[in-house]
Amino acid sequence: MIERMILIGYGGQGMMLFGRLLARVAMLDGKQVTFFPSYGTEVRGGAACYHLIVSTEEIFSPVVEEADTIIVMNQPSYLKLKNYLMPSSHLFLNSSLVKEAESFGEVKNIYRIPATEIANELGNVVASNMVMMGAYNTVKNLVPLPLFLDCLKSSLSGRKAPLFEINKLALLRGKEYVKKVYLKGEKTLEVSVV
Amino acid sequence: MQALYRAPETLLRVPTHYCPGCGHGIVQRLLAEIIDEWGIRGKTIGLAPVGCAVLAYNYLDIDMSEAAHGRPPAVATGIKRVYPDNIVFSYQGDGDLAAIGMAEIIHAASRAENITVIFANNAIYGMTNGQLAPTTLLNQRTTTTPEGRNPLTHGYPLRVCELLATLDGASFIARTSLSSPKNVLQTKEAIKKGFKTQIEKKGFSLIEVLSPCPVYWRMSPVDSLKFIEEKMTQTYPLGVFKDWGKKEL
Amino acid sequence: MKSSNNKKQLLTGNEAAAEAAILAGCRYYYGYPITPQNELVNHMAIRMPQVGGTFLQAESEIAAIYMAYGSAAAGARVMTSSSSPGISLMQEGISYLAGSELPCVIVNMQRGGPGLGDISPSQADYFQAVKGGGHGDYRTIVLAPASVQEIADLVYDAFDLADRYRNPVMLLGDAQLGQMMEPVELKKIPRTQQTPRWAVTGAEGRARNIIKSFYPVKGELEAFNIRLQRKYKVVEQKEVRYEEVNTERAEIILVAYGTCARICKEALRRISGTGLQIGLLRPISLWPFPKEPLRRLAKKAKAFCVVEMSSGQMLEDVKLAVLNRCPVHFYGRMGGGVPSSKEVIKKVLNILAPEESTLELEMSEISQELGKGLYFSTIP
Repeated sequence: MIERMILIGYGGQGMMLFGRLLARVAMLDGKQVTFFPSYGTEVRGGAACYHLIVSTEEIFSPVVEEADTIIVMNQPSYLKLKNYLMPSSHLFLNSSLVKEAESFGEVKNIYRIPATEIANELGNVVASNMVMMGAYNTVKNLVPLPLFLDCLKSSLSGRKAPLFEINKLALLRGKEYVKKVYLKGEKTLEVSVV
Repeated sequence: MQALYRAPETLLRVPTHYCPGCGHGIVQRLLAEIIDEWGIRGKTIGLAPVGCAVLAYNYLDIDMSEAAHGRPPAVATGIKRVYPDNIVFSYQGDGDLAAIGMAEIIHAASRAENITVIFANNAIYGMTNGQLAPTTLLNQRTTTTPEGRNPLTHGYPLRVCELLATLDGASFIARTSLSSPKNVLQTKEAIKKGFKTQIEKKGFSLIEVLSPCPVYWRMSPVDSLKFIEEKMTQTYPLGVFKDWGKKEL
Repeated sequence: MKSSNNKKQLLTGNEAAAEAAILAGCRYYYGYPITPQNELVNHMAIRMPQVGGTFLQAESEIAAIYMAYGSAAAGARVMTSSSSPGISLMQEGISYLAGSELPCVIVNMQRGGPGLGDISPSQADYFQAVKGGGHGDYRTIVLAPASVQEIADLVYDAFDLADRYRNPVMLLGDAQLGQMMEPVELKKIPRTQQTPRWAVTGAEGRARNIIKSFYPVKGELEAFNIRLQRKYKVVEQKEVRYEEVNTERAEIILVAYGTCARICKEALRRISGTGLQIGLLRPISLWPFPKEPLRRLAKKAKAFCVVEMSSGQMLEDVKLAVLNRCPVHFYGRMGGGVPSSKEVIKKVLNILAPEESTLELEMSEISQELGKGLYFSTIP
C-alpha cells in the first residue's frame, strides 16, 4: 500500500500541522512515512505545499510526482494542483475558498468540502484543516481515528489545550459532511492494507 | 648569591625573529613574566595571530594555537567554552584585529566573552612590508599610502579602545605603550588586570599596546619610542577606558 | 513493524543531525541561521543547554567555523552547519582545520546556487565539498546520506572518522533531506571520550602543545604535506562506503547520491517487471569516492548514467573511475530543479534506444511502451 499526498494552502492555514500530525500518526501505526514541507519565503500567507507519503514498503523518492490524494485549501493552490493530478487521484477541495475554474474530466473522485465555513460556524477558522482531515480520512481511511485524536490531543498541550475540543468537533463535522454528501451510506474505501 | 632578575622560565631560550627595536618581544616577555609569577603555565592557552607575531608560540612555553587572520577571538571563544576556568588570551596586531577581524573582536566583546586580548598596535602592516593599517596615523607614509595617509582617500585612524568601551560586554579596556620603562611596567599591570578580569569572570578584556615598528616607520629604535610619545599618543591617548564595567574616560 | 516504530521519532533531517551529534558526544555547536538548515540551529539551541553543552549563535559563518576550530583544538567533539552560501564562507576555516589536523563535523544542506540562488534542493556544491573549496592540498571526508535515518547514522560515523583521522568531515545533504521528516531511530552508543593528547588544555605537568598549520622553514611544509597525503591514502583504502542495487544483471547502471539516489530507486521500482535491467550504484562516501566498485561494474555494464542536481559534477569522478571502459551518460537538473523518476526512465530509454527516443517521446508514450498504467499505478 502506498498513499502519496499533496497538501496545498496558504501558510497559516494549518497544513503543516495537518501533515505533520498525519505523518506522526501513520508512523505510530507502523507505516513508513516521508513528509516534506516546501514553502515560500513568507511565513504567513505564502504558498505552502506539503508532500506526504505513507507506505507499508520502503519509500524511495521523497518527492510526490503524481498524487493519490490532493487536498487544496485555496484558489491560488487550486491552480497548481494540475501538476500532481492523475485520473485516479482523490481531490479534496476547500469549496469555501476554491472557485473552480476548470474541470478535470478524467478525475472522478472530487470532494468539495466547505471547510472554512464549517470551521467558522464552530467559531475557529483555523480548524478548517481538521474539517478536511475528517473528510479525507473518512474516504480513504489512512489512519485509525482514535490514534489520530490521541496525537492531536498530545500536540495541543499547555495553553493550546482548550483548542482540542474545537479541533475534534471540526474533524467530526468534516466526517459527517463527506458521509452525508458523498458516501450516502456506502462503505468507506479501504486503503490501509496492513 | 641571590638572583634579583632573570629571564622568565616561560620565555623559551631561542632567538626571536623580531626586528631590532620591535615591541612584540617586550610584550611576550611580559606575558611570560606574569605566567611565571602567578604560576599559571598549566592553565594558560594562547592564540597566535597571522602577522608578525605568528610565531609567538615559538617563544612562549605554553599551550598555543594558531588562528587564521582576524579570527583569534572566535578561536579563543571556542577554546574558552571548553575550558571556562583556564586563562585564554589572544595576541593580535592591528591588521588582524582592526581590519579583517573587526567583526570577531566586536562580537567577542559584545558577548562578554571571558577572554583577554593583547592588541599590539604599531599603526602598520609589518609582515607584508609596511602597508596601511586601520590604525595608521594621518599623513603617515606606508607602502600603500606613499604620500601619507590622506583622510579624503584613506579615511581616518581607527580607535579600538574607544569603540569597544561603548559595549556593555567589554569589562576592562585599556591602552598602554612601550615607549618608556614606566610605560612597559604599566603595560604589565594592565595585562595582569586583564587576566584578573577573566579569572573573576567579569567579561571581556582588551589591552591595546602602542608598539614600535622602527623598520617600517623608517626610524631608529630610539626615534620610534619618541614617535609613540609625541605622535601616536595624540591620536591614541593612553589610559583605562573601562574598568570592570565602569566607564573611565 | 508496528512495534519497531515505537522507538522511532518523526524528525526533520536537520533535527536528526543535531540529535545524533549529541548522542555522539558532541557538546559544542556553533552556527549561523540560513535556510534550509535552520531547524538544526534551533534544535541545538534547545538541546545543548539541556545536556550541559554549548550552543552559540555566531556573528557569521566565518566566526562559527573558527569557534568550532577552537573547540576542536581544545580536544572536544564539535559541530557546525550551514547551507551553500554559508559553507562558501567557511572554506578558509575548513582548509585551516585540515592544515592543523583538527577533527570537526560540518553539515551542508545544499541549496540552489550560484550566488544567493534559492532555498530549493541542490547538489551543486559537490566540487566544493569533494575537491576542497579552500586553499591547499587537503581533503575533506564527505558523507552523503539519503534518508533521515541515514543522516543520524552517518553523523555518528562522521564524528568517529573525524577523530580517527584528525580531519574535518562534511555531511553533504540538501534542502530536501534537511527539511523532510521521516521516522528515525536514534542509537545510544556508549562512548568514553578522552581528551586527545595533542589538544591545547593548558600544559599542566607536560610539554606544551601547539596547534598550527604554518611551516615557514623550507622543507617542513612539504614533509607535512607528504604525511597528509599518506593519511588520505589510508582513508581512501579503508573508508569507502557505497550501496549497490540490482547491479548484478544490469545493463545500465545509474550513479546517484542523496536525494537523487532515492529518485533513481523509484525509477528502478517503476520499471521492475518490464524486463529492463537497470541498476544503481549509490556512493555514500563522496570522498573517498567508490572508484573500485565502478571499475568492477564497468567490465560488464553497457553504460553508466549519472543523475545529479547539478550540471554534472560527480559525473567527472565517475568518468575518472570508469575511464574509457564504458560510456558514461548524464541526466541533471539545476538551480533548484529536482529530477523526477519519469525523467530518469526517459533518459534510460534514450540510452537504450537512441534512434527512437531522440523523437522526444512524451511521458504518456513511454508509459504505453512499458506497460499500461505504469506511471499512474500505485505500487502493489
